[in-house]
Amino acid sequence: MTSMTDGADEAVSRFEATRVAAERVRRRQTLVFGGLFALAFAASVHVGEVRPDRLVEGIGGLFNYIDRTLPKATGDGLIADAREWYWGLGRWLLMLFDTVVIAFLATTIGAAIGFALCFAASRNLVRNGLIVFASRRLLEIARAVPELVYALIFVFAFGIGPLAGVLAIAIHTIGALGKLFSEVNENIDTKPIEGIRAVGGNWFQVVRYGVVPQVLPNFVSYSLLRFEINVRSAAIIGFVGAGGIGQELYLVIRQFIYADISALVILIVLTVSAIDLVCERLRHRLIGQESLR
Amino acid sequence: MSDATHAPSRHPMDPRTAYPQVFAVPALQRLRNRVMVVAIAGALAFALWWTGFFDLERLVTGSSKLGWLLQFMFPPAHNGWLGEFSLALAETLAMAFFGTLLAFVIAVPVGFLGAKNVIPNWLFHFSLRRTLDGIRGVDTLIWALIFVNVVGLGPFAGILAIAVADVGVLSKLFAEAIENVDRRQIEGVRATGAGRVQTMRFGILPQVLPVILSNTLYFFESNTRSATILGVVGAGGIGQQLSDRIRVNNWDEVMFIVLMILATVYVIDIVSRQLRVRIIGRQDTRP
Repeated sequence: MTSMTDGADEAVSRFEATRVAAERVRRRQTLVFGGLFALAFAASVHVGEVRPDRLVEGIGGLFNYIDRTLPKATGDGLIADAREWYWGLGRWLLMLFDTVVIAFLATTIGAAIGFALCFAASRNLVRNGLIVFASRRLLEIARAVPELVYALIFVFAFGIGPLAGVLAIAIHTIGALGKLFSEVNENIDTKPIEGIRAVGGNWFQVVRYGVVPQVLPNFVSYSLLRFEINVRSAAIIGFVGAGGIGQELYLVIRQFIYADISALVILIVLTVSAIDLVCERLRHRLIGQESLR
Repeated sequence: MSDATHAPSRHPMDPRTAYPQVFAVPALQRLRNRVMVVAIAGALAFALWWTGFFDLERLVTGSSKLGWLLQFMFPPAHNGWLGEFSLALAETLAMAFFGTLLAFVIAVPVGFLGAKNVIPNWLFHFSLRRTLDGIRGVDTLIWALIFVNVVGLGPFAGILAIAVADVGVLSKLFAEAIENVDRRQIEGVRATGAGRVQTMRFGILPQVLPVILSNTLYFFESNTRSATILGVVGAGGIGQQLSDRIRVNNWDEVMFIVLMILATVYVIDIVSRQLRVRIIGRQDTRP
């Protein structure tokens, strides 16, 4: 009996010691992370010029601003007011069309080049580590620099207009889609590849008949998703003169033409949501077909 | 690959040889495929023409100009501006940090309000969600431009832009996380006689906190990237320096700034990923 109580006592004290030690570690971690957080907080408040009164002013100012952009009822009737509000509708629709064309072209070019590069960046398809490494870094560089920076440079080189926007978004798309595509490649079933290899297929035939049929639905789905993202980018790339409706939006915000701001923002949001809806349905159809197979 | 090239190698008992009509692509389908290909090719050609890719002269001058400025980009140099660049980069990080923090502080209560299982009122849920959709539809850069008008040039406009844009996304994510919690834990807490607030604190919060924190960290990463360009419209940070350098043609400094941005984003990604793994206790599969 006594030995058992001794054993139990020993277990309890051992547990107690472990608990105290664990608590101490935890407390120290909380202290360290809390301290780091407080430091980052203080630094960001200082560098970011944050003051409580400015916060109030900013949030209040935003509501004031939104209120000013909303159209005023003049008493001429709803239709007359709407016509007044959307006075530039024809021109704006043309700019929206521009925006969608930029996104479409950039996505297509980006997907095509990303498709060409992604197989070299897949570890299961290329034995040569150097080729994989090089293509991955290439995709990374294309992806890491923001589109707007590319756009600034291309506007300088090619002049103001949609050409610069297409090139900027396309380069970013190459990087983003190339990475996603190569990840899809790395997760495929290896049996078809072995089959093609076994009948004497060379590398291109392995990719064409062993890999592409497996990955194509996924590639198309990712490209559609990227198209949605690119429509958003194309809508703002005009801020630096690279075409699309952003150019007009930049102008009216800078010149305080309040009613036009809300009109344009609503147009952009509607277009983006409409395209999202269409792309989502297309994607679901693709995925549905895939699961039926 | 047409059928003709395959036919000789096919086994005579191959069902495709025995019943060709079963395996042939229906005429309508073939027509539809062909129309699709022609339509896509046509759209592509139109888009190329519309955006000016057929303007060869412009392409050639642009490319030669591009090659010329690429030459000037190397070697990258800071030309004595390292202090200014570092300060601008710190401003960018501060914008991302404080903007995300502000969005987090607002989005947690809004997320609770927007969850169907916290407030079961259909109309309230619908109108709050649509408001968030509206906020999300407007890009951070547009918010930045607006806030430059409201609070003036500087990093503070960037902070508010990031915060407002992120409230839209984070609130939605939080609300969805809260809607997906395990009901049994809530019922258990409620059974002990807990009130509404206590149920949230002990029934819901422990379940959703890891999701909320890891999403917030993920957004901090992504905001570091978007904060680098907000300066282009005057909202503070390194983007301001970058667009200034492009305007005055100092391409070696442009390259230096781009490299600084890449290094910073890389470091932040690694640190944040480590923290995320710590918080949710496993490798996050998100890209």
